[in-house]
Amino acid sequence: MGWLGHFNYWVVVVLMMIGFYAVVARGNMAKKIMGLNLFQTSVFIMFISAGKILGGSTPILREGVEVYSNPLPHVLILTAIVVGIATTAVGLALAVRVRENFGSIEDDELSEDDPIDDEPAR
Amino acid sequence: MTLNELMPFSVLVPLIAAPICALLPGRFLPWLLAMLATLCSAVIMAQVLPAAIDEPIRYAFGQWAPPIGIEFRTDAVNGFIGLLVSVMAVVILPWARISVNQEVPENQGLFYALFLLAFSGLMGMTMTGDAFNLFVFLEISSLSTYALVAQGRAKAAPLSAFRYLIMGTLGATFYLIGVGLIYIMTGTLNMLDLAERLPEVADTRAVQAAFGFILVGVGVKLALFPLHRWLPGAYANAPSAITVFLSSTATKVAVYVVLRLVFTVFGVDFASSMPYGEIFFILGLVGILLPSVWAIEQDNVKRLLAYSSVAQVGYIILAISLLSVTGLAAGLVHLFNHAVIKAALFMCVCTVIYQTGSARIEAFQGLGRQMPLTMLAFVLAGLSLIGVPLTAGFISKWVLIEAAIAQGLWLAVAVVLIGSLLAVMYIGKVAEAAWLKPAPEGRPPVREARLGLLLPMWILIVANFYFGIDTRLTLDVAYEGARILLGGQP
Repeated sequence: MGWLGHFNYWVVVVLMMIGFYAVVARGNMAKKIMGLNLFQTSVFIMFISAGKILGGSTPILREGVEVYSNPLPHVLILTAIVVGIATTAVGLALAVRVRENFGSIEDDELSEDDPIDDEPAR
Repeated sequence: MTLNELMPFSVLVPLIAAPICALLPGRFLPWLLAMLATLCSAVIMAQVLPAAIDEPIRYAFGQWAPPIGIEFRTDAVNGFIGLLVSVMAVVILPWARISVNQEVPENQGLFYALFLLAFSGLMGMTMTGDAFNLFVFLEISSLSTYALVAQGRAKAAPLSAFRYLIMGTLGATFYLIGVGLIYIMTGTLNMLDLAERLPEVADTRAVQAAFGFILVGVGVKLALFPLHRWLPGAYANAPSAITVFLSSTATKVAVYVVLRLVFTVFGVDFASSMPYGEIFFILGLVGILLPSVWAIEQDNVKRLLAYSSVAQVGYIILAISLLSVTGLAAGLVHLFNHAVIKAALFMCVCTVIYQTGSARIEAFQGLGRQMPLTMLAFVLAGLSLIGVPLTAGFISKWVLIEAAIAQGLWLAVAVVLIGSLLAVMYIGKVAEAAWLKPAPEGRPPVREARLGLLLPMWILIVANFYFGIDTRLTLDVAYEGARILLGGQP
């Protein structure tokens, strides 16, 4: 098997790095959200692939099947996916508000240290 | 109903009250429901804590026994944190009502619904005995916190909330990676079960990586020094009530999560085989000094206090890096005391914002004569932050120095003392503007705040002195908690 035996983890690591790079290095808020999604998805894949058992069947009780894949990671990740969607929604909504207030969602056009504490928006 | 059955309701009541709150019309009813729900949590925690000190209180959801099902579990450590969070919410809400009326005049039902969600998420993080469940509660509280921060009046509030969201989600996902790795290695998510099975696989790189991922992930949430970038903006731009609430609870619960995972789940032996103590020691030292210096430079008092919060996290991190009973007790007791101190300080500043509309240091000039009760409260809470004897802040610094001396760490003692001097400077800067400088010409005279704002503030000031003199509740429970954490299975 060699390094191919850990194929799923390589996929996870590559996706994770792409996502992390996008979050850290990109100034555009929408791109940051996309990177965040990619980053989270890589973790979901890690969980799900950990639940797979080679030769195992779907985790449904039926005759003639002895080996099942582990259903627990799928269930956990279902929750995590919901959390991820909620985060994306909140993040995009905030990006819209930032654009309304500043006219831009590019980080380098916005102040570095968000110092405008006293200036009311409405 | 036994205590075991009662305990989960401290999380469930606010969780169920939240959607109802969103539907309630007007301003008074949502607030009343939020008040009742948090009061209910606080009463439950006050009942549970004395019993939990003797023996952990456990509740398995749906009658599924722990390794399979999810359990809530309360002992001296998280009972203490749970009581702290719920009591702080009860004290803050009456104060919050007045400032929220001014700052978030519309849709208060939704505002308090978010508040209750954030609160129940924090309580859930405290109570749960399941590593994945902790992630879910972490996200419940985080998501509602992002939305709450964005409610601030400042133009930059959504921007701060967005930056907090990016950092917070990265942190939570890091935590999830860590949990995934230890699940792959052990096949369980229950914390006690993990504690039993992890030693067998402690030498594997997966578990070591998991430890790192989890610490960095939660480190973002607790504003551990180099990961604190989200905090000043989020605190400075959030609505006043949320600043007070977050500063006294959110980072504290994150510290608890670190304690629980490092000591109960991974265990002291594993932590000392990793460079955990060394890294936290250095981050603690730098985290006390640098943010304190930054705090002195700030013109905006809310930001000044936010940087001071990062520095106070430095003290807690320094205390728990010592890996001794006294050190952990110092961390736990400072966690409690800092919550009381910082809530009082932020309340004073936010009361000034309520009266003058500004948190800039110039707005504080001459307030000593115009708002004497508020500014006196600020000075007294500031003394507690500095660590003057007879105040709560003195107790925690005393225990921390005691723990450092016991291990011969004179560098830590020196840094704690220098940190206190820096605190004198930034608190003094505000006090000087308020008491010694004349009010700027042309500003209409400012009146003293009304009783509804003053009363909760002074309750916290009295608490500051009470816990500085009578340490039975704080220090004894903290020592008990430290012993449980270091003794492995309670």
